[in-house]
Amino acid sequence: MDLLWDGLREAFWLIVHNDEDVFEIAGRSLYVSGMATAIALVLGVGFGAAIAFGRFPGRFVALTLVNTGMGLPPVVVGLFIAIMLWRSGPLGELEWIYTTRAMIIAQAVIATPVITGFTAAALASLNPKLRLQVYALGASKLQMLWVLLREVRLPLLAAIMAGFGAAISEVGASVMVGGNIPGHTRVLTGTVLREQSSGNLGTAMAFGIILLAMMIIVNALFTWVQLGIRRDAPRARDGADTDTPAYPLVTPWTLR
Amino acid sequence: MDAPLTPKLSLRAVIVRRAGRPVLNIPSLDVPTGRVLSVIGPNGAGKTTLLLTLALLERPTQGTVLFEGARTTGQALALRRRMAVVFQEPLLLDRTVQANVETGLALRGVSRGDRHGRARTWLERFGMGPFAARSSRTLSGGEAQRVSLARAFALEPEVLLLDEPFSALDQPTREALTEDLSNALRQTRVTAVLVTHDRDEAARLGDDVVVLIRGELRQSGPPESVFGAPVDAEVAAFVGVETVLPASVVERREGLMTLDAGGYLVEAVDDRAFEQALVCLRPEDVTLSPAAGAATSARNHIPGRVRRVVLTGADARVELDCGVTLVARITRRSLEDLGLREGDDAVATFKATAVHLIPRQ
Repeated sequence: MDLLWDGLREAFWLIVHNDEDVFEIAGRSLYVSGMATAIALVLGVGFGAAIAFGRFPGRFVALTLVNTGMGLPPVVVGLFIAIMLWRSGPLGELEWIYTTRAMIIAQAVIATPVITGFTAAALASLNPKLRLQVYALGASKLQMLWVLLREVRLPLLAAIMAGFGAAISEVGASVMVGGNIPGHTRVLTGTVLREQSSGNLGTAMAFGIILLAMMIIVNALFTWVQLGIRRDAPRARDGADTDTPAYPLVTPWTLR
Repeated sequence: MDAPLTPKLSLRAVIVRRAGRPVLNIPSLDVPTGRVLSVIGPNGAGKTTLLLTLALLERPTQGTVLFEGARTTGQALALRRRMAVVFQEPLLLDRTVQANVETGLALRGVSRGDRHGRARTWLERFGMGPFAARSSRTLSGGEAQRVSLARAFALEPEVLLLDEPFSALDQPTREALTEDLSNALRQTRVTAVLVTHDRDEAARLGDDVVVLIRGELRQSGPPESVFGAPVDAEVAAFVGVETVLPASVVERREGLMTLDAGGYLVEAVDDRAFEQALVCLRPEDVTLSPAAGAATSARNHIPGRVRRVVLTGADARVELDCGVTLVARITRRSLEDLGLREGDDAVATFKATAVHLIPRQ
């Protein structure tokens, strides 16, 4: 119990004394995972739409891969990307190994299946005839996708949160491809790992708490946006006939 | 007189297969410009497939779809933007009613100002003006379908395709909406195709009717000819002819024909040349009377025994076993007056003009 208390005290102390290391490390975490999530969002929405709407051979395989990918072991991702980026590896000439770029790639690989899975599930939950209706309204393929993504904007936000969560909380891949170099590629999770293995349990705890606090803040932000969408949605007037809503108000994702 | 116009939409040698099985086989179909074509048929006849093919939302396995006589290949998007479709379900987006009506206009590149005005106009026309700012989620089924219709008309399409738009609605809602749709169709003079299994709806809204059974067009023409003179037993059964008796001609005289239907003499108004025919009778054209020693040789009098009486609202459907089954629809009141019960003897009577004959080999 003392340890937890010490951790909390140290976290507070680190933050209020404006320790440059803390802000630098937290900032890098945010940057790396934010970029990774942005890349994963673009790829994940594309793959998700292809899986939800496509009728291509190998769709079963793609779905299985995505479902596996949603729980992809970060060390395996790290190992694979490290081999690719290794100085003698196929992409060694890029000299990205032990840089934040390598970490962004690794985290994007981890977050993409998560966002793909969520997007595919959200789009597949729509009435399949809605797609025909949107086409009949005069939509091109891209316009159709845009209209339907707007329909699933709430679960999509949940997908972004899950993707960001998977990216920022993993440690294995980041350390393997980034090297956990202080002032260069060290992020919050790597710091926790480093401090713990050096026996500085209090400091490790402090960084753990900072990581958690940051995730809470980011998710609170997204949740606020999510609720804002709901609040902006026009409401039924008093006495309105609400017994047959065209779409369910609550999806499993809005309950998250 | 107007010169004959090119049909707005045409199908030529169209075959649609699903899982190898043909679900639609249409050698030729024209949707005449400026008219309303009703497509009727039982469930699973391929009506929706036909509509999706016309809407360029489903590509036929074989054959061509023509728009104003020109091939549609490679033009699907541009041509879809000249048409509108209303489905059985309203299929609204999770936005306001106004935004729902504007979406299609936005997709077609209509300017913001025009979008607003057109959406407003058509929402008013379908009685949904006061609902414009509401979320589509808060609407009842009937209200949502009104928005769906307003959304289609606001697009000012050249062709409007309607896929059983009222089949999920209750009777009063359906009546009111049919009326509004009928007015809108008449006023805009838009070319339309209405797919329905409801014969009354088809006759009321359609200038022409085609009957689709098991993926094939069986009959087409003005409603009165399709409903009054079905070409075969299946069409007859679908358009509400419940009695079909095989018969052979025994005498012809001045446009009148006498046939022998299983030992009973039936007189019909018909002067076509054939020897065998199916005698078709609509249940509402058959009257019943008690069997008070009626002569069995009298024409258009067929005695039998009441096998089943089904009460439906104000009417009664009476099945008479005369060796073959004959169905009559009479009012409940006359059923009570006649005092008919299951097992009683009765005589069915009908006019020669009520008999429709389908020639047979």
